Amino acid sequence: MSKVRLASVWFSGCSGCHMSFLDLDERLLELASKVDLVYSPIVDIKEYPDDVDVLLVEGAIGNTEQRHLLEEMRQKTKLVVAFGDCAVTGNIPSLRNPIPREELLRAVYGDGDIPGLEEGDVPKMLPQAMPIHTVVKVDRFIPGCPPPADRIWTFLQALLAGRRPELAGADLRFG
Amino acid sequence: MINLRIDDTPVQAEPGQTILVAARGVGIRIPTLCQVDALSPVGACRLCLVEIRNWNGRLVPACATPAQEGLDVVAHSEKLTILRRTILELLFAERNHICAFCVSSGHCELQDLATELGMDHVTFPYRFPFLPVDATHPKFGLDHNRCVLCGRCVRACSEVEGAYTWGFSGRGVATLVEADLGDPWGASKTCTACGKCVQACPVGALFEKGKATAEQVKRPEILAEVTERRPRV
Repeated sequence: MSKVRLASVWFSGCSGCHMSFLDLDERLLELASKVDLVYSPIVDIKEYPDDVDVLLVEGAIGNTEQRHLLEEMRQKTKLVVAFGDCAVTGNIPSLRNPIPREELLRAVYGDGDIPGLEEGDVPKMLPQAMPIHTVVKVDRFIPGCPPPADRIWTFLQALLAGRRPELAGADLRFG
Repeated sequence: MINLRIDDTPVQAEPGQTILVAARGVGIRIPTLCQVDALSPVGACRLCLVEIRNWNGRLVPACATPAQEGLDVVAHSEKLTILRRTILELLFAERNHICAFCVSSGHCELQDLATELGMDHVTFPYRFPFLPVDATHPKFGLDHNRCVLCGRCVRACSEVEGAYTWGFSGRGVATLVEADLGDPWGASKTCTACGKCVQACPVGALFEKGKATAEQVKRPEILAEVTERRPRV
C-alpha cells in the first residue's frame, strides 16, 4: 500500500498546533512509517506538490498571500483539515476583526510607509482574519487551542486506518 | 400527579413542574443555557426546545412549559439536535467568543454545549462586533464580547439579591446588559457587590477581577442554596 501524502501549513497562528503535533512523541515514528510528509513548516520543501491526500491547516487567513496559497492547496488536495481554533474559528488572530484594518495598522506602525496596507513586499492584510472554511471548502475540523496530541492522534489513526475521521464528544472542544 | 411521556418514557410530574424538571426526575438530560435553578424561567435561549408530538409537533421550551396530562414529548431526535446546534452556532457567531483566552475556559456552559451538541465549527458568518469591557467595578468585570444575553445576571440581581441593578438596553443583537440606567458598573448606586450575578453567569462575560485564563469557576447553584434557606411566605 502506498503511503498517505500528508502536508501541513502554518498561516495566521502561533505554531502551537504544530508543536502539539510534535507532541505525538514516539507515535511520530509510527506515523512516519505510514505517511510521506510532502509539505510542511518542518520540512524543507518550497513548492506545494500535486496530489496531496491530507492537508492540516493551522491558522486563520489574514492576508492575500495566505488566501491565494490556500486556494491553490485546495485544488491539489483531497482532504483539507482545519487544524486548531485559529483555522476553525479565527480565534486569536480574529481579535483584530472589530477594528478597521487601516486604523489598526496606523496604530501599530504610525504614519508613513505601512507594510501590509497595500500589496507590496509584504502581502496586503485582509480586512478581517477569517476561518479557513470561509475561503475554501473544508472537509474536517479539529478544534482546540491547541488540539491536544491525543486528539490529533485519534484523528490521524482513523485516517490511516482508511476510515473517515469523525471527532466527537470531548474531542470537540474549543479553547 | 400528572402523567406524560418524555422520549417514550412514562414520567410523573407534580402540578406546576416544568417539562425540564420532569425530564431530570427520570434522568433525561435536556440542554439548557438561560435556565438556572432558583430563578424564574424565561425561555430566552431556546436550547431546551422539545417537540410535543400530540400538539402537532409544536416546539416549546422545556424550561418554561408546565408538564401537562398526556403530553407526548420528544426531547432527543436528529431534528432537535440540528435545531439546538444551529441556535448554538448563532450564539457563537453573534459576539466574540474566543475560548482560548477566556477566564471561563474549561468551566463554561457555552463551551460545554459545543461539545455536547457536536459543534465542530460555526457555519454562519461571524459578526465580529466591536464591544466594550466594563472594568470600573472594584471587584468584578463585564466583557460584553462574551455575553450571550441569557439574563441570568439580571434575574439573580432582581429575584435573589433584590437590588435590581442589572437590566437590558437596546434591542436584538444590539442588546447589552447594563447597570442602573447605563452607568459604568463601578458607579452603580444600587449594586451591593454581592457577586451573585457573576456566579449566575454561564460564560466569561461576568468575572472576578484577578482571574486569568481558565481560572474563573462559577457556582450558579449558590442561588438555590440561598433561596432554599429563605422562609416561605
